[in-house]
Amino acid sequence: MAVSREEVIQIAALARLRLTEEEVDQFADQLNSVLGHVEELTALDVSSVPMVGGVSEKGIARRSEELGPDLLHLSPSAFAPAWEDGFFSLPRLAALDQSELDEGFADKASLESAGRPDEASVTGEVG
Amino acid sequence: MKGEWGSIAELAAAVAAGRTTATEQVHEALTRLGRIDPAPEGINAFISYDAEVAAARAAEVDGAIAEGRGAGVLAGVPVAIKDNFCTLDHPTTCGSRILEGFRAPYEATAVRRLREAGAVVVGKTNLDEFAMGSTTENSAFGPTRNPRDLTRTAGGSSGGSAAAVAAGIVPAALGSDTGGSVRQPAAYCGIVGLKPSYGRISRYGLVAFASSLDTVGIMSRSVADAALLLEVVAGADRFDATAANIPVPQFRDALEAGLEGLVVGIPREYFPEELDPGIASACRAAIDRIREAGAEVREISLPHTRYAIPTYYLIAPAEASSNLARFDGVHYGMRAPDATSSAAVYDETRSIGFGAEVKRRIMLGTYALAAGHYDAYYARAQSVRALITRDFRQVFDSGVDVIFTPTTFHLPPRLGEKVQDIYRQYYGDIFTVTANLAALPAISIPVGTTEGLPVGGQFIADRWDEVTLLRAAAALERLLSE
Amino acid sequence: MGMRYEPVIGLEVHVQLKTRTKMFCGDSAEFGAEPNSHVCPVCLGLPGSLPVVNGRAVELGIRAGLGLNCTIHETSVFARKNYFYPDLPKGYQITQYDRPICTDGWVDARLERGSATVQRVRIRRIHLEEDAGKSLHDRLPGKTAIDLNRAGVPLIEIVTEPDIVSPAHARDFLTRLKQILEYLEVSDCDMEKGSLRVDANVSIRPVGSKTFGTKTELKNMNSFANVERAIAYEIERQAAILDAGGVVEQETLLWDAARNEARPMRSKGDSYDYRYFPEPDLPPLVLEPGEVDAIRATLPELPDAKLRRFQEQYGLPAYDAEVLTATREVADYYEATARAAGDPKAASNWVMTDVLGWLNQRQCAISEFPISPEHLAQLIGLIADGTVSTTLGRQVFAKMAETGREPAVIVQEEGLSQIRDIGQLEAWVDEVIAASPVEADRYRQGNEKLLGFFMGQIMRKSQGKADPKQATELLKRKLSGA
Repeated sequence: MAVSREEVIQIAALARLRLTEEEVDQFADQLNSVLGHVEELTALDVSSVPMVGGVSEKGIARRSEELGPDLLHLSPSAFAPAWEDGFFSLPRLAALDQSELDEGFADKASLESAGRPDEASVTGEVG
Repeated sequence: MKGEWGSIAELAAAVAAGRTTATEQVHEALTRLGRIDPAPEGINAFISYDAEVAAARAAEVDGAIAEGRGAGVLAGVPVAIKDNFCTLDHPTTCGSRILEGFRAPYEATAVRRLREAGAVVVGKTNLDEFAMGSTTENSAFGPTRNPRDLTRTAGGSSGGSAAAVAAGIVPAALGSDTGGSVRQPAAYCGIVGLKPSYGRISRYGLVAFASSLDTVGIMSRSVADAALLLEVVAGADRFDATAANIPVPQFRDALEAGLEGLVVGIPREYFPEELDPGIASACRAAIDRIREAGAEVREISLPHTRYAIPTYYLIAPAEASSNLARFDGVHYGMRAPDATSSAAVYDETRSIGFGAEVKRRIMLGTYALAAGHYDAYYARAQSVRALITRDFRQVFDSGVDVIFTPTTFHLPPRLGEKVQDIYRQYYGDIFTVTANLAALPAISIPVGTTEGLPVGGQFIADRWDEVTLLRAAAALERLLSE
Repeated sequence: MGMRYEPVIGLEVHVQLKTRTKMFCGDSAEFGAEPNSHVCPVCLGLPGSLPVVNGRAVELGIRAGLGLNCTIHETSVFARKNYFYPDLPKGYQITQYDRPICTDGWVDARLERGSATVQRVRIRRIHLEEDAGKSLHDRLPGKTAIDLNRAGVPLIEIVTEPDIVSPAHARDFLTRLKQILEYLEVSDCDMEKGSLRVDANVSIRPVGSKTFGTKTELKNMNSFANVERAIAYEIERQAAILDAGGVVEQETLLWDAARNEARPMRSKGDSYDYRYFPEPDLPPLVLEPGEVDAIRATLPELPDAKLRRFQEQYGLPAYDAEVLTATREVADYYEATARAAGDPKAASNWVMTDVLGWLNQRQCAISEFPISPEHLAQLIGLIADGTVSTTLGRQVFAKMAETGREPAVIVQEEGLSQIRDIGQLEAWVDEVIAASPVEADRYRQGNEKLLGFFMGQIMRKSQGKADPKQATELLKRKLSGA
């Protein structure tokens, strides 16, 4: 089952990787090489085994509310790429320019959901 | 191979007894580092180190001893930490531009435990970017040379840690093993590389590559040293739900029991025709010694071994593609300098910040999880994983105590030797990925040389049975040193 | 719209659980703190961090499931929902996908406000998940500001079947849901604070048809009233389209409360691929044997059961019982008062009118009300035994609320006791009759309403304390007789 160039572009968009034309071709070839070998898995009879969801066992499954968080040795301002007024910041999300901010649209909750991928396309624009 | 003070236990005892100090040991380690490490001619095992900070930490250890507050079991032992562990005293880069200069605001549990036992972190070691690779050539900070042959790689992804130990800069180092990344470089560099059972050591603070496969690994000059470090770092952790809440055995007690009476399985699938003849011959010689020592050597079969690579190369990249989504230029790490829109922050940062191998695996993983592909790829791989795990279960249930195999398919590649076919490159991990897929403990120890290069032999034991694993490895190590 | 079409409505409700800490880490889940002050490596999504499940959140999820008549599943599985958004620092949300903790519940909701007819709304599933942080688009000019305090706060998502048949039915469903969850102390369900959020799926079809029409999704409704209005709007909009021979497009619309209209979000049509897979960092959530039963045993009496009992046990009419059971706190207050006073009817009058009136005026919750049920009961008793009149009783009530003191003490100190001394009353009666002979005559000639005039005089003379019953008796006798 070969991966097409178009699929590579779609996958790259899902993964938010911007590829050059050359990279698209390269990745198409390389993915096909690996996926070619993966085909042999489909021939196996797996009816006798449950799918492995995870391999952890015997861990401390649930935390009590008494225990506090792991304290940070540095404030986020120390490692945030951009920090202003106590917030992480980045250029304003693009979707909002579309639905524009009339007076009636003050509710922030809407704006948060405005850019979520429930509504965004597969080309995955954040804004 | 032992240091001036013998084993790590002996070194720590000497520090505790005042025959040497942490400050002295750390200073000497840094001196060796300065001599051996710096690129371009040096081995380039370290991405970062800080002599002042290390001296200060050593002084703390010495101070505690002087004031009678006691010495931990690793008092004054200089150690190196693979740069995908979060540490407080050094940056954490994961060998990637996307985390260049990043200072973690918290400490990995395994590192904290070493520190609380008195060990001093001398520096962070080189790795393939985000632990993806098998030669440490995928690092943004240059490759690491093999101390046994400077024209060759130290292996990967924990190449830096392996080289640092093999070159004698530090007696021990932490690495991470997801598909063999501790055992293979240990084999290539001629040292001991231990991957415990999944869940034996807390992963909190180990930057995730493939969450269901990653384990903290230990690299050292001897099995005894590895056993001691394992005792120190193993055990439940309230910050890791996958770390088992079971007692940590006294692993050091296991080491003397010897091979007599053990049933050692030799899987025929791990001695294919294409196996390097030098490696095959060194391993067969080791098997003879095992037999002579009184173990019962039995040929076994792990029939689904050949599916391990496609299985691993679906599961690992899939989990990785999700784990690496957090590197977005928004919350920490690098942000692409010219990003003027929110979309660009994401796309540019990830495009500039990640290297080719990382991108390749993210693409592969995203594909495996994508709608319409999930069942055929990711879900199918997890089912085949269950078959591979069952192969081992059946072998251990049939009375086999421990399995012995070569660690690697090939000898350490020369630097820059690019294998053109990606799949063939991945196939080199065949002997090591199975233990990750089945969550089993495994260890590589030097078993000989060929063409002047070290050969590693691997033991694999049943889950949670590091005791038998270390017993067998220590016994063989003893035999081969006679 | 006419009766040509019937609406088919389903709701997705996100409810923040009333825990002290977050779903997967020990940070505070409290609302309203300084931005980015309740953060740790886990909810910041720092590399190497790992989730650990909050036991209390699981307990509250089970409580919610039991209160909503669901099946609680012994084993449920966490999954990753992968997408990029700046307030989702890991690049995925940990949720539950194909194995949620609860399924198959129901709530009976009224079809119309004030109507007694209910129609069952089935609950398809309830699952546990973590909330995202907050993105503020107007806080910093030209930028989006991110506050991660809310990231990781525990949520349950409640999804109904499309059983809701009208906007009013939807509103009542939400009212019942909120009431049940408040009774269970699972959540504050405060839409203004964002601890309850609603999305609606709306479609219409010809009356009697069995196939579903195209559904649209409505978001951004910030109150139950707005949910009702938005759904009504959307039904009309879809009806107009179908009437005109058009086709309803599947899309997402945002409700604009100020303009009373819903506007479509920009969408290129395809839905996003979340690439769900089981969360490898968390083992399956397995409930202990007997755990659900133990929780069931701690559940309080639920609203419907309490409503029925209040009617039966206290003889209250349905409307009164509804008001008194609107919240558990009011119901508990009422019940304590009724029991202490031994007079459920009087207690209901006082609580419904005076207590709730007082609270409404000051926008307070009953937990802040200064009069204890015991003291209110005492006041009721003092009125019942004639120590103080009902009218003056209200004065005492006000004084009690102001000072928090016991009614008997207030009556004593302010001299508010009813005056029943016959001698005194007679004296006053004689005085007022003598003072108004014209009115007295008119009364005797048949104008019985003038009794009130004389009573008023007596009340003034007695500063309201004359026992009205006795005074009335005496007046009548003296006016008619000699």
